Amino acid sequence: MYAVEMKDIIKRFGSFTANNGITLLVKKGEIHCLLGENGAGKSTLMNILFGLYRQDSGEIRINGKSVENHSPLAASRMGLGMVHQHFMLVDALSVWENVVVGLEPGGFRIDRKESIRKVQELSDRYHFELNAEEQVGNLSVGMKQRVEILKTVYRGAEIIIMDEPTAVLSPPEVEQFLMILRDMRADGKTIIFITHKLKETLAVADRITVLRAGKSVSTIEAGNASARELAGMMVGHEVDLEIERPFNEAGGAVLSVEGLRLLPNAASTVSFDIREGEIFGIAGVEGNGQKQLEEMIMGLIKCREGRISVLGKDVTKLGTRKRRQLGIGYIPSDRLNRALLSSFSLEDNYLLGKQFSDNYVRHGIVRHKAVKEAAGTLMREYDVRAAGMDQAAGSLSGGNQQKLVVGREASDEPKLIIACQPVRGLDIGAIHYIHEILLKLRKEGKAILLISAELTDIQQLSDRIAVLYKGEILAARKNEDFTEEEIGLLIAGHREAV
Amino acid sequence: MGSADMRSFLAFLGRSLAAVLLSFAVSALIMLVSGYNPALAFASMIRGSFGSANSFANTLSKSVPLIFAGLACAYANKGGIFNIGCEGQLYMGAFVSTVTALSLRGMPRLFVIIASILTGMAAGAAVGSFNGFLKAKMKLNEVVVAIMLNYICRFFTSFFVSGILKDPDSETPQTLPVGEHYMFSKLIPKTQLTTALFLALIAALAMFFFFRETRAGYNVRAVGENGAAAEASGINVARTMILTMAVSGGLAGLTGVTEVFGKSERFIDGFSPGYGFTGIAIAFLAGNHPLGILLSALLFGIIQAGSMKMSYEAGVSTSMISVIQGLVILFVATPELVSIRIGRRRTA
Repeated sequence: MYAVEMKDIIKRFGSFTANNGITLLVKKGEIHCLLGENGAGKSTLMNILFGLYRQDSGEIRINGKSVENHSPLAASRMGLGMVHQHFMLVDALSVWENVVVGLEPGGFRIDRKESIRKVQELSDRYHFELNAEEQVGNLSVGMKQRVEILKTVYRGAEIIIMDEPTAVLSPPEVEQFLMILRDMRADGKTIIFITHKLKETLAVADRITVLRAGKSVSTIEAGNASARELAGMMVGHEVDLEIERPFNEAGGAVLSVEGLRLLPNAASTVSFDIREGEIFGIAGVEGNGQKQLEEMIMGLIKCREGRISVLGKDVTKLGTRKRRQLGIGYIPSDRLNRALLSSFSLEDNYLLGKQFSDNYVRHGIVRHKAVKEAAGTLMREYDVRAAGMDQAAGSLSGGNQQKLVVGREASDEPKLIIACQPVRGLDIGAIHYIHEILLKLRKEGKAILLISAELTDIQQLSDRIAVLYKGEILAARKNEDFTEEEIGLLIAGHREAV
Repeated sequence: MGSADMRSFLAFLGRSLAAVLLSFAVSALIMLVSGYNPALAFASMIRGSFGSANSFANTLSKSVPLIFAGLACAYANKGGIFNIGCEGQLYMGAFVSTVTALSLRGMPRLFVIIASILTGMAAGAAVGSFNGFLKAKMKLNEVVVAIMLNYICRFFTSFFVSGILKDPDSETPQTLPVGEHYMFSKLIPKTQLTTALFLALIAALAMFFFFRETRAGYNVRAVGENGAAAEASGINVARTMILTMAVSGGLAGLTGVTEVFGKSERFIDGFSPGYGFTGIAIAFLAGNHPLGILLSALLFGIIQAGSMKMSYEAGVSTSMISVIQGLVILFVATPELVSIRIGRRRTA
């Protein structure tokens, strides 16, 4: 008996076909992973299942009953619940208020006692360790997510869709989350788990459906799958997941950070050096001061305490332009907002950040020919696929946008590269490519600061690793001197793991 | 211009043209329903604006302030700022340039004219950059501030020309004339077409060059497209915004200057029929393209210059031109109405 049957689902947006005949069969009481790269059609398919979009063709059955005139309301009546990637919670309200909202026990007056009792009972049943009367704003991201799950369960959901639920969690939180999924399965719930992470998929799934470019590639038993095989199915060809980081002699210090206070209430300040030919990785969940570190180094926000120097020159008081002119390449974590002018041509985007260099602008006049040439070379060298130089940067795929940004920031001989979340949202092939580029730049003697929420990035690329937690560095060591467990625990703030 | 650039420009031109034709068609329908003869109305409008060398000169002279106002709005738009304060800026420009000329009376002609242009532009720029300063540094919404500044400028000038600067021999609140000697030269005698037209053409060409070829122009566009990315590239965003509003205000100021030194010869209280606001429409119709603004300003000039003849030959009220102008903007703003959409067949 299938809890969910979606057959030959087709959904088009204009000329773009997001779902091109996808079939998904989910058994009752299983954890079913929906695996695929960004843009493979996972979210579209789930939005169709939840009634947010209407399919152009194809059939949907829930618990054997054919679904016509679908809507989110009809979906929840049929026992479907969805936990979105971005939380929909009211921070100022308590846990129970967030959970019962819209379906409060009691008549005209909300039965407060009954509400709290019900919510607490549900939380205890799945070992959520939530206090129903706690204010949601005080909770950690991981706990907030549990409130979201509680909302669906409270509404009687038997089939729960989770859209990339682990993207925001630290490694230990991910472990706990997977435990919760298993508890819920034991309780008879059916879970559809959307992800692009192979490790989690293999750890928790009963069955796996792989999507690629809007089509379902296949559905397999998790017991018979390997990471390599799944990656191949996601990408469509054999992929090499390993990358080699050869020994590289590090030179003199390029970036020195001394006593920098990242968050106003951080327990201590951060200090580190990065040397020529070295990748220094900052591990940690986002929101622990990464953004502040990135923007303080680039001069985008003021640093109130501490000193930053580049090649021995104190830059703490300098503006962004002067810092860039010292030879800093900057790959911002917020690619679309900080690194690109979406509606501008690729040529104009190449110029961004280089408009103060004599190579491209002389006497205030843009040297279009030089810009065009350099941009063309970049597009060839970094394999940026575009219709032409006039194409708007916003219409490139995420991977090509990032190649453009990385290529631009790596060109014109920078001494230091600040690479923030460089592979976020990219598919496996592009991630591998960006990794290779960073290692190549390291070999050329550039100093690289790598800030990433992906532990695999940090481990594969870094010579030294620092773990950032609540604005302080809990530990910084050579890559080889950390075990994966240690880093995971440090990321979650377990200082004693050092 | 790259070929794709050219294509998108032509496509835009086509859309604008379609919007204009559609608005004429709808206005014709309105006239027909109200019992007028639209063919006669449009014919007399064309005769009124193109009928003779003099009427064509008149059309061009009506376009001149619209060009400046359109450029002022387009410049700010490129920098991501909506300058609805052109009206106030042009009043200040006209006022300060008049005062300059009056106080320099007797000095050499060229000196006075240049000084008046510069002070008029500076006055508009001052108002604009104040507005830009409040937006960039205090995070105040530029639209609200600009609308309030419009009142302040309008009544500030009103206060002076109704009081100490009023021409004592005149019934209406206006200053003394600056003197025929200090006016822009007429291109065609007995018309209002002056060398201000050349100034407008130069301004449009300069703006075209500025945005296409210079770093400063690139920086303004970058800030307008995405302030956060501009900042990360090393641009001082706050300073760029303030300067953008200064230039936009300066161009608005020129609108006022050329009205005084090209037409009225003095500052007349409440002289502007809303040039600053029409400028928004003109920039919009031209897609903020400086050369497109020449065309859209000419179109509005034609409609306005032809309205009198339309009124007495076809009996259609001059208010009809507001309807036509409004419809043009409506159709430009809603490209869906203009482009012929081929219905896509649904598979469901």
